[in-house]
Amino acid sequence: MTIELRNVTKRVGANLHIKETSLTLETGHFNVLLGETGSGKTSLIKLMAGLDPLASGQILMDGQDISKLNTQKRNISLVHQFFINYPHMTVFENIASPLKVAGMAKSEIQGRVEEAADILQLRPMLHRRPHELSGGQQQRTALARAIAKESRAVFLDEPLANLDYKLREELRDQLPELFAGRGAVVVYATSEPEEALLLGGMTALMHDGHVTQFGPTAEIYRKPANVISADVFSDPPINIGQITKQGTEAKLGDLIRWQLEGEAATLPDGPYTVAIRPNRVLPRRSESANVRLIGRVLVTELSGSESSAHFSFGNDNWVSLSAGVFPFRVGEEHEFFMEPAHCHYFGSDGNRVA
Amino acid sequence: MQKRSIIPIVYILFLLLPIYWLVAMSFKTTNEILAGFSLFPQTFTWDNYRTIFTDPTWYWGYINSIIYVSINTVLSVLVALPAAYAFSRYRFLGDKHLFFWLLTNRMAPAAVFALPFFQLYSAVGLFDTHIAVALAHCLFNIPLAVWILEGFMSSVPKELDETAFVDGYSFPRFFTTIFIPSIKAGVGVAAFFCFMFSWVELLLAKTLTAVEAKPIAATMTKTASSAGYELGLLAAAGTLTIIPGAIVIYFVRNYIAKGFAMGRV
Repeated sequence: MTIELRNVTKRVGANLHIKETSLTLETGHFNVLLGETGSGKTSLIKLMAGLDPLASGQILMDGQDISKLNTQKRNISLVHQFFINYPHMTVFENIASPLKVAGMAKSEIQGRVEEAADILQLRPMLHRRPHELSGGQQQRTALARAIAKESRAVFLDEPLANLDYKLREELRDQLPELFAGRGAVVVYATSEPEEALLLGGMTALMHDGHVTQFGPTAEIYRKPANVISADVFSDPPINIGQITKQGTEAKLGDLIRWQLEGEAATLPDGPYTVAIRPNRVLPRRSESANVRLIGRVLVTELSGSESSAHFSFGNDNWVSLSAGVFPFRVGEEHEFFMEPAHCHYFGSDGNRVA
Repeated sequence: MQKRSIIPIVYILFLLLPIYWLVAMSFKTTNEILAGFSLFPQTFTWDNYRTIFTDPTWYWGYINSIIYVSINTVLSVLVALPAAYAFSRYRFLGDKHLFFWLLTNRMAPAAVFALPFFQLYSAVGLFDTHIAVALAHCLFNIPLAVWILEGFMSSVPKELDETAFVDGYSFPRFFTTIFIPSIKAGVGVAAFFCFMFSWVELLLAKTLTAVEAKPIAATMTKTASSAGYELGLLAAAGTLTIIPGAIVIYFVRNYIAKGFAMGRV
């Protein structure tokens, strides 16, 4: 099972909401669409679901052009961020509704609904109505409906965004096994880089209506193809600075210098953009973290076992994220040490060079 | 009794006074009513009601009213449902202006339309039929129903529609088996208001009918006899006119509260 997008665009009035995009999504793993709110994740899902018309391009499912096919005939499932269930139906009827519409025999419906309800622990609630359930149970009902349908593609549009923290983690752990071995193409939209990393599979990074990078999640995390992708796939935001390369030395501002290694050392001399993740900028010197920066601390945050500090140096605002509790003082200058081996380098066009 | 409950009680008594007076009058004889002030019927009589339920010119007034009010209510809600859906779900050229224009129809005095309606319906042979009154009342009831239903529909997330289409529901099936049940409170409220406004509207109903479809309100204005006005009979007819509204409002009382909360009623 595959979904292939060929040069699709979506137009609303004079604006292109989805700029020319080509993607091939396959079964067997999660296909994560990662991007901030308004980057076009939902728009792309709606195009694939046939809820919005294409301005141009083609969508193929298993090689078959479905661009003109009605939503109803595409045999897909969709789970929204908001808990959408049919309010006047019981949980059982909700899960059964797509099967009933498809004209399936009653005995088979019964079996499929019970199977889905068991997987999602909804068995005791089958005869309640959605508004009598908690948020987590409501969303599990929506997921059960998607599973019971055994459709060719399942679109999950930020399904965990409205759940509280514990439920979110619990359901997120359950999601991959829920769809494993069902043969459906699973598309999962999220705005949290952490979720993409946890769900693995393939990730498409989206920004401003187009896909900036698509590939195996771990790989694109390690090697962002351009500055925008590096930024999309980083939380807190990735640190970006302008360097000048001279010989094998990189110069950031007037004072900070480090030796370039590997590919980066072979680049022609000139200006480049450097990006480094916050967890590679640390408050203590170590063997790998050996390039010293002096920054003025602007904001600090403590989140359990991690401390982060936003600091400014030169014209840049950077973030440091480190394990342990570190006593930063807001407004004071502090030393930070970055790990040059984890720098990403981009050319003037924004594309990765090393 | 607590001190602070006195004021609302007095106010409620004040509101109920005319209704009590009407009901009390309906059990009095016309002579007693004309004789002067009496708090209770001195000679309690069912005669007024007996007349209404046995005299065809009386009870047909009720039947006629109920017929055209029912036709109007069904028609208004059926037409308003798809219209309200369009206003709630789609953006189209001039949608906001059209929506507002619909509402202004609700504000126009019926008297303005009485003459054109009378002439038009006479010309096409609809004069003195139930359907004539029902259609005329659509003029203000459809905009009202669209307005009320649009509010309820817009509170249903658009994602519900999308989920249903993805699940395989065709539009008509989604609309009838999922969407309307989701807004049944709104349908109840809209139907109630259509019923009420059609039921109490007198001018158009009177102008467009003569004998065959004469509404109860028109019958009530013709009770002057050689003996003067039959006030007891009139009071009984008035009492009976209140009852249908009271019954309908009983069924939709919870929905109306909901409608008020949504700011549309």
